[in-house]
Amino acid sequence: MNTLSNPYVLPAIIAVTLVTVAIGFYGLRLARTTSDLLVASRVVSPTWNAAAIGGEYLSAASFLGVAGLILKNGVDMLWYPVGFAAGYLALLLFVAAPLRRSGAFTLPDFCEVRLHSRRLRKLATLFVIFIGWLYLVPQMQGAGLTLSTLLGAPYEVGAVLVGTVVTANVALGGMRAITFVQAFQYWLKLTALAVPAVFLVLQWQVDGRPPITPPDGPVFRETTTVVIDHPATLTLGDGTTLDVRPGDELTFAAGDPVPEVSTVASARGMDWLLPGSFGDDEHGLFASYSLILATFLGTMGLPHVLVRFYTNPDGAAARRTTLGVLALVGLFYLLPTLYGVLGRVYTPELLMTGASDAVVVLLPGAALGDGLTGRLLAALLAAGAFAAFLSTASGLLTSVAGVISTDVLGRGSVRDFRRATLIAGAAPMLLALYISGLDVSQVVGLAFAVAASSFCPLLVLGVWWRGLTDVGAAAGILAGGGAAATAVLVTVFGPPLHGWPAVLVAHPAAWTVPLAFAVMILTSLATRERVPTTVGAIMLRLHAPDSLRF
Amino acid sequence: MTTSGAPTGSAGEANRPQRTRIVLAEVARQRGNGDRTRRELAEQTRVGDALVRGLVRAQLALAIRLSVVVAIGLGGLPLLFAIAPPVGTAKVFGVNLPWLLLGVAAYPFLVGVGWIFVRFAERNEQDFSALVRQPDR
Repeated sequence: MNTLSNPYVLPAIIAVTLVTVAIGFYGLRLARTTSDLLVASRVVSPTWNAAAIGGEYLSAASFLGVAGLILKNGVDMLWYPVGFAAGYLALLLFVAAPLRRSGAFTLPDFCEVRLHSRRLRKLATLFVIFIGWLYLVPQMQGAGLTLSTLLGAPYEVGAVLVGTVVTANVALGGMRAITFVQAFQYWLKLTALAVPAVFLVLQWQVDGRPPITPPDGPVFRETTTVVIDHPATLTLGDGTTLDVRPGDELTFAAGDPVPEVSTVASARGMDWLLPGSFGDDEHGLFASYSLILATFLGTMGLPHVLVRFYTNPDGAAARRTTLGVLALVGLFYLLPTLYGVLGRVYTPELLMTGASDAVVVLLPGAALGDGLTGRLLAALLAAGAFAAFLSTASGLLTSVAGVISTDVLGRGSVRDFRRATLIAGAAPMLLALYISGLDVSQVVGLAFAVAASSFCPLLVLGVWWRGLTDVGAAAGILAGGGAAATAVLVTVFGPPLHGWPAVLVAHPAAWTVPLAFAVMILTSLATRERVPTTVGAIMLRLHAPDSLRF
Repeated sequence: MTTSGAPTGSAGEANRPQRTRIVLAEVARQRGNGDRTRRELAEQTRVGDALVRGLVRAQLALAIRLSVVVAIGLGGLPLLFAIAPPVGTAKVFGVNLPWLLLGVAAYPFLVGVGWIFVRFAERNEQDFSALVRQPDR
């Protein structure tokens, strides 16, 4: 790969890391009390806050994974970015302002404020940690993968590097620093994708707009030599098949069609261009709707998203901040599609290797050649990718450490928070080292499914329905969240499944979310006598306009 | 358990600067208490309760209406593509319609719905505030 020799990648990554740490220390000097450290003393302005939420939210899955999925599977994968953005609309419509007014800082806090139950609080803590770690592992894996793709560094180096930088930064600076870091990261990520995108589109024009979907499937643009790592069966352009073994070298001339590889699933020709090819043909619609449900409803239940709302001064500001985030995130998601589509033209060899997550960082070199421009743009993209790992991992770590420090270790002092950060950061780092075979985007999707089946019903019913009881909430979280979490564990560690069981386990949201809502409502109705006596006052506080100050 | 809205009038009691322990779940409970105009709401008399229920219902109806718009506008697309394949092959500006809808148009649509929600939610709150403040004048 031509970027192996790119001398600008390493300095770019180091610069991003140093700036992140430097802003962290700048923030440290301002962070004096617990309140400062955790919630930025609530002086963060909506503009900064919206950029910070956006920066925190756009993870490795967004920066690298979406483009890779589109390259590989085509139009149906556009539901990932649409869902990631639409999650903020669901958050805005159903929870943003009331949640801010509740004064809850974390999801366990909300359980206590709304239902006064310590046991429910513990259960919520468990799920926050599970979702947080489930989301942290792929971030660290993504970092390891990027470093090994671009620099040839061992996978472990990237994972440990990101883990250590993020853990130290969060432990020392806390959220005050993180707000500035995250806002900076959003603009860095947007620039890192937007600037190369302009060059790539111009190059595509200069090349005479080569067709994105040639009639015979994708073709090699230049002479390409492929070295085989795993045994597989190739289906060549003329329909003949070829069995290859590790060590074989195949050379394709410019204009040759890209062969189909038996071990790599990818959509070809019309399947790629047209909707309906999601997963297996017969289960495609179910998988589509499951993904839509998970991403639309899961965002509000992600631990690092909720924490941010406390830094808004009041409910109305929380609403406007959420709208700002929706706009910023939507703006960002216009770009990965472009990379996935152009990857079809310039990096078709990724369809053979299956390492399609690398398309974003490899595209400048492939399209613009090995000149200075191509190298600088590749370095910029590497910096953006690293920013994505750093910012999302920081946000997740802050919230997981937050619940560990207040609910597991002690009373939430600064020292507890720092100790909790070390625990919260070390566990996923070790997991990332031992489990390297997980698919980044899929794991992120599963984290959304668990969040949508546990915290989404809790928040929506807690905010709008007086009849919710602590027993009902716990039962719903255990049934829906438990089922989704089990599906995750089976997907990750279990045996390969086929047919409907495979689809139900790989895309659980379509049945676990309704299950969670149903169990939560029915159990609450059955335990009606446990409705908190304070529910009227709480409803007043959640919904009364801020100017009345209840 | 004390309720946040109870008008105890003890806001100025512990004003001396001293070391305090901040328990985040409790911060909201320490909110300032209101004047008499809002007493009805705070004490949850039948009138106050009805007012709050009305506000909650209005806000929920707004949120549900807009989510139905999104559920049909966006959520209906996979079904549409499945039952009417010609929609998937239609081209606009040389680009297949599904790519244009999901890759570009979805985001302004979402932001637009969000903008409408913020506008109307704030209007609902203004109506509520006006209703609460009225008897005073």
